[in-house]
Amino acid sequence: MGSNEDIELLKDGKRQDGRDFDELRDINIEAGVLKRADGSAYIEWGQNKIMAAVYGPREMHPRHAQETTKAVVRARYNMAAFSVPDRKRPGPDRRSVEIGKLVSEALEKVVFTERYPRSVVDVFIEVLQASAGTRCGGLTAASVALADAGIPMSDMVASCASGKIEDQVVLDLGKNEDNYGQADVPVGYIPRTDEICLLQMDGNLTIEEYEEAMDLSIEACKEIYEKQRQALRDKYSTELNEDEIEELKKEVK
Amino acid sequence: MGTDEVDRKILLPGDEIDEEDLKPGKGMFKRDGKIYAARLGVKRVRSGYANVAAQSGRYEPQEGEKVIGTVTDINSSFWMVDVNAPNPAVLHVNDVPWMVDYGDTASYIDVGDAVLVKITSVDEQNKMQVTMDEEGLKKLSDGQIIEIAPAQVPRVIGRGGSMISMLKKYTDCKIFVGQNGRIWISGQLEGQYLAAKAIKMIEENAQAVGLTDVVKEFLEENTDRF
Repeated sequence: MGSNEDIELLKDGKRQDGRDFDELRDINIEAGVLKRADGSAYIEWGQNKIMAAVYGPREMHPRHAQETTKAVVRARYNMAAFSVPDRKRPGPDRRSVEIGKLVSEALEKVVFTERYPRSVVDVFIEVLQASAGTRCGGLTAASVALADAGIPMSDMVASCASGKIEDQVVLDLGKNEDNYGQADVPVGYIPRTDEICLLQMDGNLTIEEYEEAMDLSIEACKEIYEKQRQALRDKYSTELNEDEIEELKKEVK
Repeated sequence: MGTDEVDRKILLPGDEIDEEDLKPGKGMFKRDGKIYAARLGVKRVRSGYANVAAQSGRYEPQEGEKVIGTVTDINSSFWMVDVNAPNPAVLHVNDVPWMVDYGDTASYIDVGDAVLVKITSVDEQNKMQVTMDEEGLKKLSDGQIIEIAPAQVPRVIGRGGSMISMLKKYTDCKIFVGQNGRIWISGQLEGQYLAAKAIKMIEENAQAVGLTDVVKEFLEENTDRF
């Protein structure tokens, strides 16, 4: 939370990119983009571009990490070297290990792990282009990839951050808002049961501000949840129409 | 189809099933007296249970299903068989049609061999036993094996086996569809090639209406060539 007096984050009640305080960036989700993985999803969230892939449930290696009564959800978060303006040194670092753990634990809350003892569900999150909010985008995409992989779960997780810039509580911080704002609160939300499965805070908020931020995030998560579901419906909506059948017949000829 | 009711709407994890007098079956769960879908698929109602017929995902082994596996490891008295499930299955020497001396397992089935086996038990630990000591089960020593998504297996078989018998008729091949999505094709090379192509076509267009006709057309046109 660096502060810089020269950067004007709010102007005439709008944010730098012209958004309102409670407005999300554009979000596009596509399910099943990778052929080799059991399930996958791609999300574009503002300038963020994130790919998620799921393998499993499969045999857990190393064996000592197996749980005899349940499956382990093992998420790996990785940023591509070219995902940020200055080259990111490849490989796991403190931050990506933290996010991997966070996402694993958030997803473990919804996956019926007890159905696959001694197994592992591997989740890979690759950030291709980063612009604030990649852990939320990664978790959102990973949930879609899990559903695409046919993993039994009680619900999907939607995730979104909110925070404070120039003493104003706002939703879904952009890059500058994240870097020069006063607080950033990522939230993982389970809509069906109205539960929180991820919560962090960087910076300071009063209790009132925190409650306002949470309300913003939860409302946004519900919106994102709909987009996740639509992405899956788009992929799996069945029954080709007659034109498509004709086309198929032509293709065969 | 009697009690076998199919609803084409796609269910997503967490979707509530609006039926009070049903019990949660495969792919469903119950919370606070309501039934929800646990995974992506379509709803199937059968004898009082609401099930999700999965549209994606790995193979889930069920007792009594015939599958195609590859041997991954050998022990003195059993083989480990990969059947595309989360964990490998055990094929014990008592479950093969031969008298195998202790320690002589490798001379009957070796690592990498393909076998057609039946799942005899799956326990709550996901440990599986398979058998080969039954009519029709055997070591597969010729032909080829292709793999499709387990969710599409019913499509390749077709209603009452219509699709698979058509494939056999036109390609003049022996074809066995394992429930785990592995398909064994044996016969003349051209026939094998054609069958594999047709099966891939079925997999890619699994949801198409009138798929049988399209496949039939494809097979008719191509069988002339050999």
